[in-house]
Amino acid sequence: MRTKNIAYWLFLAPVLIALTLVIIVPLLVGVYYSFTDWNGIQTNHFIGFDNYKALFQDEKFLDSLWFTTKFSIVSVILINLIGLGLALLVTAKLKTNHLLRTVFFMPNLIGGLILGFIWQFVFTKVFASFGELIGMDSLQGWLSTPGTGFWGLAILMSWQMAGYIMVIYIAYIEGVSNELLEAAEMDGANAFQKIRYVLFPLVAPAFTVSMFLTLSNSFKLYDQNLSLTAGGPYNSTQMVAMEIFNTAFTKYDMGYAQAKAVIFFIIVAVIALIQVYINKKREVEM
Amino acid sequence: MWKSYLIPLELLGIALGIIWILPFYLMIINSLKTKREIFEDTLKPPSSVTFDNYVQAFKELDFIRTFGNSLLILVVSVALIIIFSGMAAYALSRVKSRISTVIFFLFVAAMLIPFQSVMIPLITIFGKVEMLNRIGLIFMYVGFGASLSIFLYHGALNSIPKSLDEAATIDGANKFQIFWYIIFPMLKPITVTVGILNTIWIWNDYLLPSLVINQKGMETIPLKMFFFFGEYTKQWHLALAGLTLAIVPVIIAYFFAQKSIIKGVSEGAIK
Repeated sequence: MRTKNIAYWLFLAPVLIALTLVIIVPLLVGVYYSFTDWNGIQTNHFIGFDNYKALFQDEKFLDSLWFTTKFSIVSVILINLIGLGLALLVTAKLKTNHLLRTVFFMPNLIGGLILGFIWQFVFTKVFASFGELIGMDSLQGWLSTPGTGFWGLAILMSWQMAGYIMVIYIAYIEGVSNELLEAAEMDGANAFQKIRYVLFPLVAPAFTVSMFLTLSNSFKLYDQNLSLTAGGPYNSTQMVAMEIFNTAFTKYDMGYAQAKAVIFFIIVAVIALIQVYINKKREVEM
Repeated sequence: MWKSYLIPLELLGIALGIIWILPFYLMIINSLKTKREIFEDTLKPPSSVTFDNYVQAFKELDFIRTFGNSLLILVVSVALIIIFSGMAAYALSRVKSRISTVIFFLFVAAMLIPFQSVMIPLITIFGKVEMLNRIGLIFMYVGFGASLSIFLYHGALNSIPKSLDEAATIDGANKFQIFWYIIFPMLKPITVTVGILNTIWIWNDYLLPSLVINQKGMETIPLKMFFFFGEYTKQWHLALAGLTLAIVPVIIAYFFAQKSIIKGVSEGAIK
């Protein structure tokens, strides 16, 4: 087969056509929309950078961006700590280790929307009941304040994703040869030293992968946000993805929403590239 | 290496495992209670088990039809993603040229694009050509699923020797026959991974179907669940029964295929 061959293009055609119509064309058209005052129905006027100027003064958008950033930082830290902890636990020679892996991973098979609804029940009803039982008033009305809404989302996301990240760490930990660990033991290393000096450097690539996944997943979060808090109370837990959706499909301010979407794309791409670059560099040094 | 710590670690593991399934446990025990009993105490097991909630939720969710809708979209989309991505990756891995490099890079780069960035024009364009229906949805899944799938297939294909293709060519097989009868069967392990990753994503996807499928009676499980939940917001007994109904098939599938699912996910993530 060669590039000139018709077979080559026939093999590529279905996915190339789909990619073009689903991603490439909408991306380009979207950039155009972002410079217009299009409202979804009426023909649009080209208004230059007005949308972009406006969104940097749009407090709702900036708030959602800040909330998303805070949430992503907390999530990345929590998920990686818990995920790595679980991975270390289930790679120790426990009798229950297969069962535990199955259990920790389970939430990832269920959609974010449904998980959000389940936790909405836990946070509102179960927490209230439990708070009453132990006499802690602070457990009442979870999700009804900005602070508890934030932690509600962080807990939901950590519970869900830690098992996924665990699986990645396990793959790398199991790739570390036992001989290396035994050699360290013979040299008198204790458990902590073995983890710190032998295991950690060897699982560094896992950190690159899982940080990339947690960061981009947290930043793009929508389903869980919608079903757990729906952005409330008073839009205080509204993340960027939801903000864009609402601007577009409840206010029908399409051109403006698309400008936000373009900025969102640039932020996600820049974060992803910087993060992979830094981590790759770190790996080499280690 | 851990011997002396093993017992406390085992206990810690079990405790964490219990915490992990606690939300599911609470969902199930409360779905078996009456509305009133949930209100009085959510922590206790039900005093007498009632399946009335399930009967009503099953009806309201139009469960068999909704499940069928989800299954149809899932099976067709995943099958097309597997076949088309496999073919494309085969072409890209066998023809090493600048065009192949550019196309491959294009697919990898597409993974970085958040859905929200293309969402508005995508829905507008597909709306104009009247493709906001199941066929349109499946087409979109192929477009969005292709990147990661091609990436995974490409990696696996690079380790299948070209001499196999050449031998088959001498025997008179054409490109399609070579791919379908010789190469594709050898890709089975990675096909399982590609299938699992796309299945988890498509089965659980909410946003895209919510924008694309607006005809009544065509809703997938997450979509129907959203409306159902909205209708019964304060009626936890029904909402919880509905959520349990939605989850049970997934849990059953998981217990049959847990090894390949976990393996598939870890391979997909580290490659």
